[in-house]
Amino acid sequence: MNPKKLWITLFVAPGVFLMAVFMLLPAASALGYSLFEWNAFTMGKFVGLDNFYRLFGSVYRGQFFAALSHNVLTFLAVITVQNGLALALALALYRRPWGFKFFRGTVFLPVILSLVITGYLWELFLHPLFGPLTKLAMGALHLENFAPLGDSDLALPTAIIISIWRNVGFPTLVFLAGMNAIPDDLYRAAEIDGASEWSVFRHITLPLLGPSFTIVLILSFIGAMEWFDLPYVIGGPTGNPGNALDTLALMFYRLSFGDGSAAVTDVGLGAAVSVVLFTLVLLGSRLGANYLRKREVQMS
Amino acid sequence: MKTLKKAALAMAVVWSAGFAHAVELNFWSFRVEDKAFYDQIAKDYKKISGDDVKFQPYKNTEYPAVLSAALASGAGPDIIHTRAYGGLSNLSDAGYLVPVSAKTIPALAKFNSHALDGARGYKDPFNKDYFGVPATSQSLGIMVNKAILEKNGVTEMPKTWDEFKALCKTLKSKGVTPLANGSKDAPILEQMFGVVGPNFYGGTEYFNDVKSGKRNFNDAGFVKAIEETVALKEFMPPNAMGIGENESRSLFAMGGAAFFMTGTWNIDTVKELNTKIELDMVAAPPLKAGAKPYMATFADANYSINANSKNKDAALKFLNYLASKEYGQKLVDELRQPSAVPDTRSTDKVVNNVGEQTQKYGTPFLMLVGFRYQNPNGSVLLRDGMQKLVQGNGTAQQLAADIQTGLATWHKPFQK
Repeated sequence: MNPKKLWITLFVAPGVFLMAVFMLLPAASALGYSLFEWNAFTMGKFVGLDNFYRLFGSVYRGQFFAALSHNVLTFLAVITVQNGLALALALALYRRPWGFKFFRGTVFLPVILSLVITGYLWELFLHPLFGPLTKLAMGALHLENFAPLGDSDLALPTAIIISIWRNVGFPTLVFLAGMNAIPDDLYRAAEIDGASEWSVFRHITLPLLGPSFTIVLILSFIGAMEWFDLPYVIGGPTGNPGNALDTLALMFYRLSFGDGSAAVTDVGLGAAVSVVLFTLVLLGSRLGANYLRKREVQMS
Repeated sequence: MKTLKKAALAMAVVWSAGFAHAVELNFWSFRVEDKAFYDQIAKDYKKISGDDVKFQPYKNTEYPAVLSAALASGAGPDIIHTRAYGGLSNLSDAGYLVPVSAKTIPALAKFNSHALDGARGYKDPFNKDYFGVPATSQSLGIMVNKAILEKNGVTEMPKTWDEFKALCKTLKSKGVTPLANGSKDAPILEQMFGVVGPNFYGGTEYFNDVKSGKRNFNDAGFVKAIEETVALKEFMPPNAMGIGENESRSLFAMGGAAFFMTGTWNIDTVKELNTKIELDMVAAPPLKAGAKPYMATFADANYSINANSKNKDAALKFLNYLASKEYGQKLVDELRQPSAVPDTRSTDKVVNNVGEQTQKYGTPFLMLVGFRYQNPNGSVLLRDGMQKLVQGNGTAQQLAADIQTGLATWHKPFQK
């Protein structure tokens, strides 16, 4: 092996090792676990695909697809609302307005807050008895009831809004970095050609942000499909109210470890959920990445 | 000098011998709220035995995951605060718990058989053994703020269920919130069902029938029980959808509602939140005046020994203490909850009153006692389903059918 290849191998090896131990091994273990019957946390007899049949059978099918639909809705909201907002914020920051550094920090500030803290913070804002937003809604807006986190129709949209409030800073910075990487010559050439502002954005900025979009969309997909922390903080292991906040990750957790007071576990079924979730994330991100990379404008 | 050295050596030998047998027992629990009580118990026990007990509570929703991770890796505490019925058998049937009996813990011979049923395994042969010392016995009823009722001209509780609902309507029309219960936490709806339901499905007789498979959950009485429970949403406080158990309890304790459907475990907290509250706790009124009401009851939690504990003898000694009358009385006095230890009596009128009603009107808390042994378990099906009904999604009949379908996947009598 030539020295260059040796160096590359040496640098890559720790990453590959960590990936194998913390990603591939657990994924392979979950697949193995899903093929067995479990007695609490002790592996029982081999049952083949029985856990998958149970998952898609009459009892759990509704729960599974409801949870999946919540993941998909979250993904759609994130790619449209969160990333749209992030693009607008990045554009505004790119123009270096007055107080640019302050605004850049402010936009990113919620990202460094723990999601658990974010969840509790918003639960306090929306507390049904003394929450300031509740008082505002019931006082100034004269609403008879205002408990969005307890309303099965509003809980998911509210959780998504909280998530967007917390996360929008990250794609903003990615887009801003992408914009800063676009050579100024292109803008100058467009200016000389008399291109309008919209035209510059549509034909230069947007296409050249392709790599940023790829990163943001893939991470948004993975984040939305594996969404767990905020629904858990707000809705507990069952995704209260009425499973309105249930997601596939929450369903996996609930089945594997029990749901609090009714502490009955079903590790095999939980593992089956995790295998399906892993497959969806793997295929989705792989196909998505391939498609998006093809659309990226190559800068030569 | 030599004498001094000898004396020092002798003291060191005595000191080390005294502590050579001292053991530190790790005790994990889901009762964060009772930490002060168990810390005091540890101090009391240290004086008796010389052993240290380190009490470590975890949030109840996180406890199963923390405990399971420890048990799966062959570790975990010496003493496990286990739940009862399915929550315990889930662990005992997998071999994680040490069986106990009147041979190893003589005091168990005097325990009530209903309390011990909560410590029994589920699958054969584990269903022949007990795997813990029962801790408390809880009952569900209607907490009453007597001052609010008196202020509104009500001197005694309604005699029938219809009269109770009529009273709730009257209170509501006067601007008084009848019920403190909200619907954000699904378990609170199951507790309300435990208070209201037995009158409609027929209490213990129905429980025995569904356990044996003679009747099922499509029964008209069971459907009616769900409907009546869900219908109480009109008496809940404003923003009920966002109100969980903690908020309900605070609201009731601070005089924000006349009634609170809950369990005996909340008596202490309510009284601590408002030391002046004029509190009573009663069974839901029966359908007809003079008929026997029901008070749903269940064994709540056990103290178990981890099968992987390296201190099994010391743990067994501690469990003997936890089964003693001395400990049971402390629990009743300090936590104001009915202890599972026989012949313990509270100085609290409300606790004693509920105890007497439970003796007369006790019926198993349907899903917890009978149908929480495997997934999908009856409690989760019922409580999550009722939460959807409260939000206006689905019908009681459909929910009952879903419960029947779900439980039939593992409850053998339903498979015949």
